[in-house]
Amino acid sequence: MLQIGLSHYLTVGAILFTLGVLGIFLNRKNVIIILMAIELILLAININFVAFSFFLHDLVGQIFSMFVLTVAAAEAAIGLAIVVVFHRNRGTIAVEDINQMKG
Amino acid sequence: MSDLNPALAVPEIFMALSALALLLLGAFRKQEAAQGITVLAIITMVLAALLVPAGGGMRSLAFVGMFVVDSFAVYSKLLVLLASALTLAMSMNWMRKENLERSEFPVLVLLATLGMMMMISANNLISLYLGLELQSLSLYVLAAYHRENSRATEAGLKYFVLGSLASGLMLYGSSLIYGFAGTTGFDGLAHAVTSGAPVGVLIGLVFVLAGLAFKISAVPFHMWTPDVYEGAPTPVTAFFAVGPKIAAFSLLVRVMVGPFAEMTQQWTQVIVLLSIASMVVGAFGAIAQDNIKRLMAYSSIGHVGYALIGLAVGNQSGIRGVLVYLAIYLFMNVGTFAVILAMRQKGRLMEGINDLAGLSKTHPMMAAALAIFMFSMAGVPPMAGFWGKLYVFMSAIEQGLITLSVIGVLTSVVSAYYYLRIIKIMYFDEPVEALDRDTSPGLGLIMAVNALLILVFTIMPAPLVSFAGSAASALFGG
Repeated sequence: MLQIGLSHYLTVGAILFTLGVLGIFLNRKNVIIILMAIELILLAININFVAFSFFLHDLVGQIFSMFVLTVAAAEAAIGLAIVVVFHRNRGTIAVEDINQMKG
Repeated sequence: MSDLNPALAVPEIFMALSALALLLLGAFRKQEAAQGITVLAIITMVLAALLVPAGGGMRSLAFVGMFVVDSFAVYSKLLVLLASALTLAMSMNWMRKENLERSEFPVLVLLATLGMMMMISANNLISLYLGLELQSLSLYVLAAYHRENSRATEAGLKYFVLGSLASGLMLYGSSLIYGFAGTTGFDGLAHAVTSGAPVGVLIGLVFVLAGLAFKISAVPFHMWTPDVYEGAPTPVTAFFAVGPKIAAFSLLVRVMVGPFAEMTQQWTQVIVLLSIASMVVGAFGAIAQDNIKRLMAYSSIGHVGYALIGLAVGNQSGIRGVLVYLAIYLFMNVGTFAVILAMRQKGRLMEGINDLAGLSKTHPMMAAALAIFMFSMAGVPPMAGFWGKLYVFMSAIEQGLITLSVIGVLTSVVSAYYYLRIIKIMYFDEPVEALDRDTSPGLGLIMAVNALLILVFTIMPAPLVSFAGSAASALFGG
C-alpha cells in the first residue's frame, strides 16, 4: 500500500505550476487561456502551502493560502476587466493580435 | 514580539482610510470633483510623509512581527511618498488636457503607494506578498487607465500577464522557503538559515529573486518595460518609473540582506549576473530608440543595473550606495518626465526624440533643465548622477568586484551616447516645429526644483549621504 507523503504533494504542485507557466508561454490562441494558466499557477502554490502546513504541523501555511485565494480572486477580476477593455478597442482577444508595440 | 502595536503603522492606516474616503467622495460627486480629489490625495501623501519619521530611529516591530519600522523603512517610504506626490501633481494638467480626469486615478495612485509602503515595511513573506499585490493590482489598472486607447489597454494586458506570472514565481518561491525553513517571518528565516540553508530554501530564494527582479525590471525579466512605458499614458509612465522601482528595490534589499544575509555567497552571484545583463541591455537597447518613453524605459533598466551593483556588494557601504542612487534616480526621472509631459505641438502629444529639435531656442529654460537631467543620468561629473554611480562603484571596488565595476563604467560610457544625443538635438539641431508655449506653471516649477536639487546635491552631497548611511546601518544592526 503506497503511503502518500509530502513529496507526492510537492510533485503534483510542481507539475501544475509548470503546466501553468507553459500555458502562458506556449499558448498562441486566446488570452482567456492565459488567465486560466495564471489561476493554475496560484492553485499549484496553494497545494504546496497546504501540504507543507500539514506536514509541518503549522497553521501559517493554510493562512497564507487563504490570502493567496483572496488575491487570486482580485487578480482574476482585474485581468478580466482589462481583457474586456482590450476587446472593446481591438475587437479581438487572440494572443497573436497583441502586437501594436514591438517587444 | 507578540505586540499588536498599531501605532507604528499610523501613516499606512491614515493612507488606507483616506483612500477609501476619497473613493467614496469620487463615487458620490460628478467628474468635476476629480481635480479636488487629486489635490486631496497629494495632501494625504504629504501628511503621511510627515507622519512617517515619527516611527523611525529604533527598529521596532508591529502586528506580531509582520511589520517592521526602522530608519531604512523611513528613508524608502519618504522617497516613495515624494515620488508619488510629485508624479500626481505633474499629471493634473496633462489629464485635464487629454480629457482623462477621473477621480479613480488619484485613488489608485494612493492605493499603489500604500502597497509600496507595506512592501517596504514587510517583515514576513505574507505581508510582503500582500503589499506587493496591492501595489501590482493598482498598477495593472493604472497601465490600462486610458481605456479608449488601444495601446494603453495593450500595455495593461501585457503588464498584467507578465506581472501575475512574476507574482506566481515569487509565491512559489515563498512556499518552498516556508516549507523547508518552517516559517515565513524574516527573523525566523534568518535564524533558520544560520547553520547552512537546505536546498529547498535556496531554490525558493531563486524563485523569489526572479519575481522581484521582474518588479524592478532587471534583465532578463525586463521584456515588459519598454512596451508598458510606451503604451501607458505619460503620467502613469512617470509614476511607474520612480515609485514602484524604489519600493521594489527596497524590498529586494530588505529580503536579501535581512533573512538571507547568511546566504550572501549564494545570491551575490545571481545579483551580479542580473546587474551586468541590465547594464548592457540598458545601454545598447536605448541607442536605436526614437520614442522618448521607450528610451526612458531602457534608461531605467540600465539604472537598475547600476543600483544592483551596490546590492551585489552586500555590505553597509554598498547598500548606502544603492539608497543614494535611488534618491538621485528619483529626482532625475521626475524632472525628465516633467519635460516629457510638457511636450506638445498645437495641443497634440509628442513623444519623438526628434521633436525636441531646437528646444534651446524656443524653450531655453526647459532645454537647460533637460540638459541637467541628461548630464546627470549619463553620470557626467560633477552632476548628481555621477556621485550616485561613484558610491556604488567605490563600494564594489573595495569589495574586490573589479570586473563588475569595469563593465559598469564601460556601459555608462555607451549610455552617455544617447543621453548626449538628446542634448545635441536640443542645442544644435534646427527646430522643425516649435513645441507649445503654454507649459503649466506647476510643471515648470517641478522641473526647476528637480534641476535645482540635482545641482544642490552636486555641491553638498553630505546630508543625503549621511541619511542614506544611517538607513543602511539599520539593516546591519547598527
